Amino acid sequence: MYRYDEFDHQFVSERTAQFRDQANRRMSGELTEDEFRPLRLMNGLYLQLHAYMLRVAIPYGTLSGKQMRQLAYIADKYDRGYGHFTTRQNIQYNWIKLEETADILQALADVEMHAIQTSGNCIRNVTTDHWAGAAADELLDPRPIGELIRQWSSLHPEFSFLPRKFKFAITGAPHDRAAVKVHDIGLRAHKNDKGETGWEVMVGGGQGRTPMIAVTVREFLPEKEVIPYMEAIMRVYNLFGRRDNKYKARIKILMHELGAEKFKAEVEAEYARHPVQTTEVEQRELTRIEKYFAQPSFEKMSRFAPHFENAKRENVDFTRWAKNNLATHQVDGYTIVNISLKPEGGIPGDASGEQMRVMATLAERYSFDEMRVSHAQNIVLPHVKLEDTFAIWQVLKANDLAAANYGLIGDIIACPGLDYCALATARSIPIAQAISRKFADVKKQEEYGPVKLNISGCINACGHHHVGHIGILGLDKKGEEFYQITLGGSSSENASIGTILGPGFAAHEVPDAIETILNTYVKLREPGEEFLGAYRRLGPKPFKEALYATA
Amino acid sequence: MPLLKNNQFVNDEWTRVADADALPEGAKIIVNSARLIQDWDLLAKYTGLLGVSIANNERAEILTPYLSQLSLIVLNFPAYTDGRAYSQAKDLRLDGYRGELRAEGNLLLDQFQFMHQVGFDSFAVNERFALQQWQAASKQMSLAYQRGLFRISGEREVWSQRHQGFAPWEEQPHAG
Amino acid sequence: MSTVEKGQVMTANRLRDGDAVFLTRAGIWSEKIDDAALVQEPQATAALEARAADAVITNHITGQYLIDAERIDGKIRAALTRERIRTLGPSVRTDLGKQATGTAGAFAAVEG
Ligand code: HEM
Ligand code: SF4
Repeated sequence: MYRYDEFDHQFVSERTAQFRDQANRRMSGELTEDEFRPLRLMNGLYLQLHAYMLRVAIPYGTLSGKQMRQLAYIADKYDRGYGHFTTRQNIQYNWIKLEETADILQALADVEMHAIQTSGNCIRNVTTDHWAGAAADELLDPRPIGELIRQWSSLHPEFSFLPRKFKFAITGAPHDRAAVKVHDIGLRAHKNDKGETGWEVMVGGGQGRTPMIAVTVREFLPEKEVIPYMEAIMRVYNLFGRRDNKYKARIKILMHELGAEKFKAEVEAEYARHPVQTTEVEQRELTRIEKYFAQPSFEKMSRFAPHFENAKRENVDFTRWAKNNLATHQVDGYTIVNISLKPEGGIPGDASGEQMRVMATLAERYSFDEMRVSHAQNIVLPHVKLEDTFAIWQVLKANDLAAANYGLIGDIIACPGLDYCALATARSIPIAQAISRKFADVKKQEEYGPVKLNISGCINACGHHHVGHIGILGLDKKGEEFYQITLGGSSSENASIGTILGPGFAAHEVPDAIETILNTYVKLREPGEEFLGAYRRLGPKPFKEALYATA
Repeated sequence: MPLLKNNQFVNDEWTRVADADALPEGAKIIVNSARLIQDWDLLAKYTGLLGVSIANNERAEILTPYLSQLSLIVLNFPAYTDGRAYSQAKDLRLDGYRGELRAEGNLLLDQFQFMHQVGFDSFAVNERFALQQWQAASKQMSLAYQRGLFRISGEREVWSQRHQGFAPWEEQPHAG
Repeated sequence: MSTVEKGQVMTANRLRDGDAVFLTRAGIWSEKIDDAALVQEPQATAALEARAADAVITNHITGQYLIDAERIDGKIRAALTRERIRTLGPSVRTDLGKQATGTAGAFAAVEG
């Protein structure tokens, strides 16, 4: 894991002092709200329905046990004993006081964390594959370049007042678990014939009210050119992105209005205009960072884990959890443990301070002191011995963390919605809860196979509904909440935007509508065909007919 | 409107000349970009010092052919949230412009250091903030991760510091 | 027969802690919507707006706006679900927010 050196420490503590001063100036009236808003947003502080909300960055989703403990401490001391893990691998606290925020930022700085640029029209927290460094299909660990980009983008003087927010996502594996094609910039690792690393640069993806899939502007950008090339893209965006209408201000709109070819030409022209003599420092820095992400010292073990096999023979619940929540590791004898934060009837992504501490202890004891936050709002223990999984499962079970629904219909992504969010048009959490109760039986969930169901409480799409196999968007119709269903979205390497099926549903109708969709799939699927594949083959028609037949 | 240079208030010796007005002899004048380009033949022979102001939706490249003969370029921040002039400034500095680069418009304390770092070296500020506040704001952060910045307050470049032997990318600008 | 009186209420968030507050007749910001001044006349709304603007200047509140509401048998019901959630707390965590501290409004986020 990356560790701060003296520079990183000093940077974050100066930034915290700066915010303390700004908050004091706001409370004394020296700064008006209009002036303070962008400053607090640059430090992750929003004003929401019930209080301030603080969004803390978990860069590329990686954190240590100690950091997780500190998040728990903040939840208990400054919030109401819990936090919400988000689709952007951040954590949000919902009950924050302005007068305590600087103290919280200091508590974060103490464990090498911060809330810098988790909001505002700047480069946001960089996200990656939550299985980075562990996944069997990985070409290389995307986190070192993620850390390089984190540093480069931190308080970037040129790019802190962009037309709109800007999000990077990076994957080092061919199977995309980081949704890189629906980010402002997505990077995907490739190796050339000589074994050198390069990055495919995808620009202009996004969700929100105009969802778009990113366009590849460079197939293979040599690694040493990443920073200057990113500067060129950012400069073109900063200069020419629209500022007259905030709904048209993302880079995807610039890409769309210029056309991909013209956009590429602008970037290449900007890149060629100021040739960089050398990026040797950047390369040395990347090498320095890479050392922190060296593989932990795995033991040499056989693939066969007798203790694990025994436990499975003796315990069906464990077997089910192991089947759904473990993923293949790069190293024999090890596995990736996915802790679902989606208990039946629970709030997707919420964890109590106590649960955070439990997970921290497990990470310290069994996973080389490392854990991840996934964009599906779950927690990952990336490097666990198969032989330890039964012990882990027992602890998880005792703490309401053993939902065996990873990747299934119960593993729902949901944004905070109208229960917390000032921009919401409808609630999303109660819908997630109702659906998860409806499909409480994991056996039934397994019959449906892998299904991603994503819910947003408004068109901003924080809950990724556009790229859910099944997406649900909460809207407001004359004061009533109602929900639009889309099918066929995906954030994988074959990304697609879902199609709206038809008229929306009242809240209480949604779970049945989902069941109708799933049953239609079960009826029409070919052997072994997953939900998304079936939808892509069949199109929306049979689903529409089934849903609206009786209406 | 006070003018800040080298963290001191100074007199603004520059005069704006409107498009239709005659050029005062041997003065320090600011014309806008359209006039600069249109009247270049005349302006190239101007007896005083020449400055230009460009709007923040213009490309900084339009000034490239004239840079060596310009002593001042004025860039505008119509709102503090509108960051285009940061990139214009950076573009001009990367193009080798070393004259005075002035920021005007809605300038706030908390962006002051960023402005320095992209190469601004003079600031038409409003009267709301005292000199000491500007001075403090110019050095809120003592470090920067980016390279190639102008570091008026002696900020250290983290990456160059970590990897000794690398000089910072760029020389400091001469105050105009 | 219940008495129903329609009008508007001034609301904001308190600057220091962000709590949702409502402007009373006495010019105090209460955490409880039932304490709020419910007004109909343009003059009265203008007076609320002026008070709120003062409270912005003294750095007590931020983000003030008027909401539609009605008083039913002495209790104030905000027109929008969003605003009713603000008078209660999250509907999915009834152990938190005003609904848990005795400052809740009297009407559920969604009836029925
Ligand atoms: C609760 C306060 C939140 C506010 C005010 C907020 C605001 C927004 C807005 C305005 C957009 C649309 C941006 C655009 O189209 O230009 C957006 C998009 C997005 N937000 Fe949020 N959001 C919030 C919470 C969250 C949470 C909890 C998550 C993670 C679960 C999240 C993740 C995202 C993602 C992934 C997108 C879509 C990608 C994009 O367009 O950037 N946001 N958010
Ligand atoms: S999608 Fe809408 S309701 Fe949900 S968190 Fe984002 S802004 Fe709020």
